[in-house]
Amino acid sequence: MIDSLFGAVQSGLIYALMALGVYITFRILDFPDLTADGSFTTGGAIGTVMIAHGYSPWLSIIAAFAGGALAGACTGLLHTKGKINGLLSGILMMIALYSINMRILGSPNVSILDQDTLFTFMSPWILIPVMVLFIKLAMDAFLHTDLGLALRATGDNAKMIRSFGANTDTTTILGIALSNGLVALSGALISQQTGFADITSGIGIIVIGLASVIIGEAILGARTVFWATLSVIVGSVVYRIVVALALRVEFLEVSDIKIITAAIVILALVIPSARRATRQKRLAQRRSRELSVAPSKPSVGGTADA
Amino acid sequence: MLRLQHVSKLFNPGTADEKIALVGANLDMKAGDFVTVIGSNGAGKSTLMNLISGVYRPDTGDIHIDGQPVNTVSEHRRSRWVGRVFQDPMAGTAPRMTIEENLAMASLRGQHRGLMFAVNRKKRQLFQSELEHLGIGLEHRMNAKVGLLSGGERQALSLLMATFTNPQILLLDEHTAALDPSRAELITRLTERIVREKKLTTLMVTHNMEQAIRLGNRLIMMDKGKIILDVKENRKQDLSVAGLLGEFERISGHTLADDRMVLG
Repeated sequence: MIDSLFGAVQSGLIYALMALGVYITFRILDFPDLTADGSFTTGGAIGTVMIAHGYSPWLSIIAAFAGGALAGACTGLLHTKGKINGLLSGILMMIALYSINMRILGSPNVSILDQDTLFTFMSPWILIPVMVLFIKLAMDAFLHTDLGLALRATGDNAKMIRSFGANTDTTTILGIALSNGLVALSGALISQQTGFADITSGIGIIVIGLASVIIGEAILGARTVFWATLSVIVGSVVYRIVVALALRVEFLEVSDIKIITAAIVILALVIPSARRATRQKRLAQRRSRELSVAPSKPSVGGTADA
Repeated sequence: MLRLQHVSKLFNPGTADEKIALVGANLDMKAGDFVTVIGSNGAGKSTLMNLISGVYRPDTGDIHIDGQPVNTVSEHRRSRWVGRVFQDPMAGTAPRMTIEENLAMASLRGQHRGLMFAVNRKKRQLFQSELEHLGIGLEHRMNAKVGLLSGGERQALSLLMATFTNPQILLLDEHTAALDPSRAELITRLTERIVREKKLTTLMVTHNMEQAIRLGNRLIMMDKGKIILDVKENRKQDLSVAGLLGEFERISGHTLADDRMVLG
C-alpha cells in the first residue's frame, strides 16, 4: 500500500511535466491540443531507442524534448499557416506521429531494462523532484518575460496583442512546440523509469493532462502563474494517488482507469458551470422577490440601488 | 503624417452581397491633427480605420504613414505606427493578466519581444506614474487582473496602453460608445488631455455629434463609402448639431440615418 503510494507520487511528478505542457496549450493558449497523445510516445520512443543505441540518458531526454517540440511546431503550423481547425490539426498530427513513432521504435515495444538510465546513477527521489522544480521555475520565469507575456496574451486576447505588434502565429507555434516538448520529455522519463517504451503509451494522455490541470486548480487555484504551475504539479500527483487507490478497489480493472479519468474531467468541467447557473438563478429569484415586495413609490432621482 | 489617395475597398465583389465600403477616399492629415469622423450606418467609418491599421488591404489606392507607403505592410508590423482603441472595453486589454503586465506589453509596441523580464523596478515606476496621471486610482491596483476592472477603467487603461509609446497615428473607433454617460465623459476628457499632451495625430469615429464638434481641430462626415464633408479648423468652431445635420442632408440628399446617433 505505502509502496504503491510512493510509486504514485513519483510517477505523478514525472507526469507533471506532461501536465505542464497541457497547461500551456489548454489554459494559456486556449488551444485543446491532441498532439500530446502522439508526442508523449514520440518522447518515449526517441529516449528509449537512443539509450538502446548507447547514447547518454541525458542526451536522450534532450533529443526527446526536441522531437516533441518539432511535432508541436508542425501542429502549430497546420493551425496558423494552414488555417486548419485547432482540434483537427492536433488529430492529424497525432495520427501522423503514430507512423513516425513506429518507425523510431522499429517494433511496438522496446525494452531498456538492462541498460543504464538516468535513474541508475541517481535516486529518482532526488533527480525527479529537482528536475520538476527546475522546469516549473524556469517556466514561471519564461512566462514573465516579454516573449512569455506575448504568449499568454495570445490565448487571452489575440486581437489586442496583435495591435501591439506581436505576431500571434509565431507565439502560437512557439507555445504548442514548448508544450509538446514537455510532453515528450515526460514520455522519455517515464520510459526510463519503467524500462521500456510502448507504441500505445500515449493513448489518452491528453485527458490525463487535462484531469491534472483541473484537479490542481480545484485544490490550489490559479491566481498567479506561480500558483497555476504549482497546482498543475499537485494535480498530477493527486491524480496518480487517486488512480493507485482506485486500483485497490476489488471491483475495478486496470482498464477502467480511462473511464474514471474521463469522468473526472467531465465532472470538473460540468460542475462549475452548473453551479454558476444555479447561483445566478437563485440570486435572480431573490432579487425579484425583493423588488416585488418593495413599495412601488417612484424614486426621487438618481441612484437606483441606494 | 497620414495620407490616403483614392482608396477603395469592396467586400464580396461581383456577388449579390457586394458591398462598397469605401470609394476613392482621399484624406490628408498633418502631424498633430485631431479629426473626428461622423456618418450614417455603413458609411465606411470602420473600414477606414481598418484600412489604416492594416486589418484590410485597400483594393485600389495608396496609404502613406509618415511619408512611407504601407499598403503591403501587415497589421502587426503597422502597429509600430498605429495605436488603436476599440469600442468594446474588453478588446484592448488582456483580462487574465495584471495591469502592469498589460502595460509592459503596450510599452513594447512594435519592438522585438525577447527573454528579458517584462516588468522591472524602473518600468514599474514608469507605469505607476502614468497610471497616477489617469487619476482613477489604478496605480494602487497594478497587480490586479484587468478582468476585475469596470468597463470604464478598462477603457481608460486601453487608452493609456494605446498611447503609451506615442504612436504616429491614434485610431479611436467609437471608444466611448459602450460606456454609460458619466464614464464616457471621463474617457472623453482623458482622450482630449492625452491627445493634447502627447500631440498625437488622431482619427476618432464617434456617434456623438456634440462630441464630434467639441473635440479635435477637424471634422469629416462620411456617407456610402465617401468622405462628403471636411470641416477645417477655422470653420469647425462655428458648427452646431442642427447645422451639421442640415449640411448632411443638403449634400447626401437624405437624412442622417444612424440608430445609435447621440445628438448631444
